[in-house]
Amino acid sequence: MDLLWLYAQALVDGLLAGVMYSLVALGFVLIFKASGVLNFAQGAMVFMAGLTFVSLMELGLHPALAGLATVAVMVALALAVERVVLRPLVNQPPIILFMATIGLTFIVEGATLSVWGSTPKLLELGDPYAAFEVGELYIVYSEFYAAIAVAALVIALALFFNKTRIGRALRAVADDHQAALSVGIPLTTIWVVVWSVAGVVALVAGIVWGGRLGVQFSLALLALKALPVLILGGFTSIPGAIVGGLLVGAGEKLAEVYMSETFGLGGVENFFPYLMAMLFLMVRPQGLFGERIIERV
Amino acid sequence: MTPVERQIGDVLLDASGISLGFGAVRALQDVSVEVREGEILAIIGPNGAGKTSLLNVINGIYKPQSGHIRFRGRERRRYKPAEVAREGIARTFQNVALFKGMTTLDNIMTGRNMQVRSGLLAQALYWGPALKNELAHRLAVERVIDFLEIQSIRKTPVGRLPYGLQKRVELGRALAAEPKLLLLDEPMAGMNVEEKEDMSRFILDVNDEFGTTIVLIEHDMGVVMDISDRVVVLDYGIKIADGTPDVVRADRDVIEAYLGVSH
Amino acid sequence: MLYRESGQFKTSYVRDQAIFPIAQDRWGLFLLLLFAAVGVPLIANEYWLGSILIPFLIFSLAALGLNLLTGYAGQLSLGTAGFMAVGAFATYNLVVRIPEMPILLAFVLAGLIAAGVGLLFGLPSLRIKGFYLAVATLAAQFTIEWVLTSFGWFTNYDASGVISAPPIVILGYAFDTAVSRYLLTLGIVVLLALVAKNLVRGAIGRSWMAVRDMDVAAEVIGIRLYRTKLLAFAVSSFYCGIAGALWAFLYLGTVEPQAFDLNRSFQVLFMIIVGGLGSILGSFLGAAFIVLLPILLNNAAVLLGGQVRADTLSNLELIVFGGLIVFFLIVEPHGLARLWQIAKEKLRLWPFPY
Repeated sequence: MDLLWLYAQALVDGLLAGVMYSLVALGFVLIFKASGVLNFAQGAMVFMAGLTFVSLMELGLHPALAGLATVAVMVALALAVERVVLRPLVNQPPIILFMATIGLTFIVEGATLSVWGSTPKLLELGDPYAAFEVGELYIVYSEFYAAIAVAALVIALALFFNKTRIGRALRAVADDHQAALSVGIPLTTIWVVVWSVAGVVALVAGIVWGGRLGVQFSLALLALKALPVLILGGFTSIPGAIVGGLLVGAGEKLAEVYMSETFGLGGVENFFPYLMAMLFLMVRPQGLFGERIIERV
Repeated sequence: MTPVERQIGDVLLDASGISLGFGAVRALQDVSVEVREGEILAIIGPNGAGKTSLLNVINGIYKPQSGHIRFRGRERRRYKPAEVAREGIARTFQNVALFKGMTTLDNIMTGRNMQVRSGLLAQALYWGPALKNELAHRLAVERVIDFLEIQSIRKTPVGRLPYGLQKRVELGRALAAEPKLLLLDEPMAGMNVEEKEDMSRFILDVNDEFGTTIVLIEHDMGVVMDISDRVVVLDYGIKIADGTPDVVRADRDVIEAYLGVSH
Repeated sequence: MLYRESGQFKTSYVRDQAIFPIAQDRWGLFLLLLFAAVGVPLIANEYWLGSILIPFLIFSLAALGLNLLTGYAGQLSLGTAGFMAVGAFATYNLVVRIPEMPILLAFVLAGLIAAGVGLLFGLPSLRIKGFYLAVATLAAQFTIEWVLTSFGWFTNYDASGVISAPPIVILGYAFDTAVSRYLLTLGIVVLLALVAKNLVRGAIGRSWMAVRDMDVAAEVIGIRLYRTKLLAFAVSSFYCGIAGALWAFLYLGTVEPQAFDLNRSFQVLFMIIVGGLGSILGSFLGAAFIVLLPILLNNAAVLLGGQVRADTLSNLELIVFGGLIVFFLIVEPHGLARLWQIAKEKLRLWPFPY
C-alpha cells in the first residue's frame, strides 16, 4: 500500500479509536464538573459495566434487559460511592479525593473480577471484522456505528444539561458549590445523579469497546488514556473531551505508524498520549477549552 | 504609647501609575503611592476598592499592566513573589494563610528559609555548619516567639489554634524574615476588642523597635486613625485621598465614598 | 509508667531539635536496630529474610522516596516504579560496562541518574499541580517502561529483555547469602532513612511542606516554588532509583522492565497512604503492612476454608487494598504513623491522663 494511504488509514483508525477515548473522557468530565472529583475509577467502571452486561447476556438475558439490569447496577454503585466515599470526604482537598478514587478503582476491579471471573468474554455484536471501503481505506462497521453512538450520546447529554431541571441544577453546582447549596439544590442527590449518568456512559463505552476488543481486564488500563484526553480538552468541557479524544487517537496512531515505518520501533502508542499531554500542559495548563485559572489570595 | 521621636525617612517604596485589570474588570487605575521609611501607612476604602490588589502588586503576585515600582531605589523588573520577598518585603493575608500541617515553630521558621545558606548535602548530614546555621535561625525565631508572647503554643500544629492566635503566628512568620517593608492585609479582621488592642500594640512595637515600615489594610477606623501616620483611600480602583488621618477624615470625597452620597 | 519525659530537661535548642527528644524513644530505636542487625539474622530463616524482610526494606525505601515528594512536598506521583526501573537498569549498565566500578558507587550513580530523569519529568510542575501533575508522572511511568523494553542496549541485548545481577562483592567480601544481603540492605536503608529525616526537619523539609500546604504563601515568604518542587522530584527519584537498584540486585537477582509497571507504582502509593503521608516512620509501617497483608490474607484463607484459588485471593486482595485506602483517607489521613503517635501520647500520660 502507498505510504500516504498508510497514514490516511492510521488517521481514520486513530479517529475511530479516539471516539472511544472521548467516551471514557466524557464520564470523567461529567463527574469533574459536578463534584470537582477527578474520578480515576472511570476506567474500572467501564470494565465493570461491560463485563456485567456481557455476563448477564451469557446467562440468557435479552440484551435490552441485560442493559437495564446493568444500569441498575451502575446506579447502585453511584449510591454506594456517594454514601461511602464522597460524603465522608466532602471539603477535603481534591488530591485526597483523587487518591480515594484510586482506592475505589481497586475495589470496583476486585469486586467485578470476583463476581464474574477473569476470563475475557466476547461480545457478539455482529461480525467484528465486517468493513466497507472508501478508496483504499478500510472502515470497520462496528467502529463506524460506535462513532454514531457516541455522537448520539453527546447530543442526548447536551439536551439533558440544557433542557431538564436536574441538568440546570447540575450546571449550577459545577459553577459554585456554595451558591448552589444556598439556593436549595441538594448536593448529595446531584452527586448520585452524575455518578449514575457516568455509569451509563461507562456502559456505552464498555459495550462499544467490548465489541471491538472483547471484555477483559485490559479495558480498565486502556481507559487510562482518557486522562491525557482530559488534559488536552480541559477537565470541564464536553466538546473538549470529544476533540481531545480525537486528537489523542489520531496522534497516537500516526506516531505509531511513523515510528515503526521510520525507526522500526513499535509500541509508541502506549505512552505517546501521556507524553503529548505532558508537553501540552507546559504550554497551556488549562487545556484547549478549559477556563483560565485566576488565582485569588 | 506612641514613641516620643520617630524618624520618618526617605521614600522606601514608590509605586507610580499602577493599573491592573482582569478581563473587563479594572481593579486599579493609575494608582500612585509612596511609602516612606519608618512610617505606618494605612490603606482604606470600601469593599472591592482594590486594596488587596494593590498589596498583591507590591509583593509581586500580580504584574500590573502599566506602572512602575521602585523599592529601596531599585526599579522592579521581575514580578516574582519569592524574589520580592528576598528584597525585603513580607506580608500577611486577609484569610490566614498559614501552613496548616506544620507547628507554630515550623511556620515561623519558614520565614527564615530564604536566609538559609547551607546546601543539600550539609542539610542531609545535619551537622557542622548546617546545624550551626539552623540553630542560629532557631534563636532568631525564638526572639520573635518571645516578642509575640506565643511561647506556650510553640509545638502546637497551627490548625488547632484559635483564629486570633493564628493571625499572630502569621505575623510572626512575616517578622522572622526581618523585612524592611511589612504588608498587613486586615490584621485585625474578625478579632474582638481585646485581641485588636494586642495586635495594635504588636504593630506599633514592630515599627518602633525594629524600625520596620508597615503598610496595612484595615476596616476599623478607630484603629486606623490611632496607629497610622498616613492614610491612603481607594475607591473603585482609584486613589481618592492621601494624607494624615486628620486630613483624610475631613476629605469630602472620602466622606462621599463611605457614606454613599450620590454624585 | 516507664514512658515518661519528666526529669528530662532540654537545656539547649540542639537537644530540642533532636530527632528523638525523649530518651525512651532513643533507646527504643537503638534496641530495634540492634535487634534488626543482630537478633533477626539469628532467628529468621532463609524464607523470611529473602522473601519478606528484604522486599519490606526495599519497599520502605521506595515509599520513603515517594513520601518525600507526595507526603512532604505535596506533588502526587504515579511514576514511582518508573524511577525504580531507571535505578535498576542504570546500575546494571554501570557495572556491566565499567567492570571495575564498585557496586556501592554504582548504586549512588544510578540514584543520581534516576534523580536526573525525575527532574526531567518534574519540569511540568512549574505550570501544573494536583492531578494534572499526576498525569505527567504517568507519562514518566509509561515512557520509561517503553524505552527500557524497546532498546536492547539497556539490557545489554539480552534475548528476553532481562537483566541479571552479577555477584555482589564489596571490599573482597561476597554478599551471597540471604543474611548478608539482608544486612547490606538494612544498612543502606537505615542510612538513607536518617538522611531523609535530616532533610525533612531542616530548611529543605520546611520549604517542601510550605509548598504543599499553601504555595502562594510559601512564595511570598521567599521560597522559590519551582526550585523547591524540582528538588523534591530529584531527591525522591534518587531514593526510588536506589530502591529499584536494590530490588534488582539484592532481592530478585534477575529483573525485567515489567517488574516496574504501573501496579508497582500504585503499591508504593498505597504504602504511604496507609502508613502516613508526610511521615518517615509511616513509610516503614506502610511498607510492612502492604507486604504482610497478602501473606496474612493467604494464611487466614487457609485457616478458614482450606484451599482457596489463587485468583480469588488476588481479587480479594484488590478489594481489601482499595477499601483500606478509602478507609484511611477518610478516618486517618495521617495513617498508621498517626495512630502510633496517638498511642504514644496516651502512654506518656498513662495512668493519669489529666
